[in-house]
Amino acid sequence: MALRSDLRVIADNVKAGSRVLDIGCGDGDLMAVLQSEKGVDARGIEIDPESVEHCVSKGLSAIQGDADRDLAEYPDGAFDYAILSQTLQTAERPDLMLDELLRVGRQAFVSFPNFAHWHVRSHLMFKGRMPVTNRLPVTWYETQNIHHLTVADFEVLLSAKGVSIVKSWFFHGDREIGHFAANWRAEYAVYQLSR
Amino acid sequence: MATALETGPSLTLSKPLPLDSGQVLERVQIAYQTYGTLAPAKNNAILLCHALTGDQHVANPHPITGKPGWWDRMVGPGKPIDTDRYFVICSNVIGSCMGSTGPASIAPDGKPYGMRFPVITIRDMVRAELALLDEFGIEKLHAVVGGSMGGMQALSLAANFPERAERVLAIATTARHSAQNIAFHEVGRQAIMADPNWQEGAYYDTGRDPDSGLAVARMAAHITYLSEAGLTHKFGRRLQDRPNGEKGAISFGFDADFQVESYLRYQGLSFTSRFDANSYLYITRAMDYFDLAEEHGGRLANAFAGSSARFCLISFDTDWLYTTSDARSVVHALNAVAAPVSFVELSAPYGHDSFLLDVPALDRVVGGFLG
Repeated sequence: MALRSDLRVIADNVKAGSRVLDIGCGDGDLMAVLQSEKGVDARGIEIDPESVEHCVSKGLSAIQGDADRDLAEYPDGAFDYAILSQTLQTAERPDLMLDELLRVGRQAFVSFPNFAHWHVRSHLMFKGRMPVTNRLPVTWYETQNIHHLTVADFEVLLSAKGVSIVKSWFFHGDREIGHFAANWRAEYAVYQLSR
Repeated sequence: MATALETGPSLTLSKPLPLDSGQVLERVQIAYQTYGTLAPAKNNAILLCHALTGDQHVANPHPITGKPGWWDRMVGPGKPIDTDRYFVICSNVIGSCMGSTGPASIAPDGKPYGMRFPVITIRDMVRAELALLDEFGIEKLHAVVGGSMGGMQALSLAANFPERAERVLAIATTARHSAQNIAFHEVGRQAIMADPNWQEGAYYDTGRDPDSGLAVARMAAHITYLSEAGLTHKFGRRLQDRPNGEKGAISFGFDADFQVESYLRYQGLSFTSRFDANSYLYITRAMDYFDLAEEHGGRLANAFAGSSARFCLISFDTDWLYTTSDARSVVHALNAVAAPVSFVELSAPYGHDSFLLDVPALDRVVGGFLG
């Protein structure tokens, strides 16, 4: 199954047979791959009822819920991994969300669009308007992204919270790029994190 | 009591049935229906649990009303609960009146039990269902499925007998009856007991049944099964045509002027032809006593701590009897013990009754969850 690149990286780095909570699981594409390729016990949280319906009708375990509130229900260390893909920037409080990820999961995968990519910077610089790009396709007034962040911002938050980076990956389009000047060059980033 | 001919197959449990009240029921009769074929390994059974006034006639014409079974749209060959693959079994709950032992049954002294019938609980209903499965040699269910009171049975089975089901599907239900739920039931019970024909429940041989009380009970309950929007859409303030042919005028009296009145009266009246008033008392009581958390040390999560089953909870956005927040509290408890659980609130206009009606998303979720 062709997964989005950030999900592919996550799928490749989750240990077989582990327990995973996919927050914002959408139609369950990642969970399905984790289950079939790696025998992972995958659970999802998704706010959109139709997406939850798709998950359940595929035999996946998903609950309709709001990650900002419902993560609190899970016991500490209930999962080997908590996954938050392209959702951190929509959280009410991304910093508290990060705490919750590393409370319910022993490790976390987080992916997000990088607001410091040079497309975004030049859009702001030359047009003076909030950017609409491939990765950020929605206008400022309609977007669910209420907390835009950059690769540099994220790493500052991690060090302030004492969170360790197990591994990180950076992408331009579907192509993985190196770590060099990632805050300029990466359209989005994936981090594997632990306490 | 209804005869075997009317209610379909039934059997007498080979062991006495112990009840939560401490009493024991001997020679318990269980009426049931099955659909599909039990696999030689006996691993393809789905137990369906019916609601308060439902019965075992899930997908065959009802022997009294002649109407299609209550889940005919869900259960059958190629349907979401696919009888080409699964052996579906549904029994009439104890305390009811469609062939299983209840207050209208004959007690050992040769007379109907009436109010001498022991008060039963949801867990007692489940015990009877499991005893039936034992008679079939079914140790582990592929799934237990139920809506409303059927969902309570499914949750009770999962909590008290976790080894008996691999999947638990509970629709439009709750883990505990609320004050409001109890209050509505009490209105119904009082209507029955205030009917002079009730005669302290000993009406069976008198030729006078408390039909008026039972009809009012059904009318009150029926309102809770529908949404306000649904009632408005179906009836609004529209008036009945008068018997003399006059179109939609108010009578300045207390006939059924409004269509909704006429509808409720009909619902109440037709209910009395197929249901026993004492059964209504006993079963509503069982529902009122239902509090899964209280059974398990006051914490709902404890109820599911020993479970390895997969769960699916479904609620409907217009159901104000057993709400989405009721379903969420079950999901919350299951999450607290990290049980595999799915939950979705479906959008449907029909209120609590949505689980019985045409909601395509429900079909997809049920079919998908059962695999």
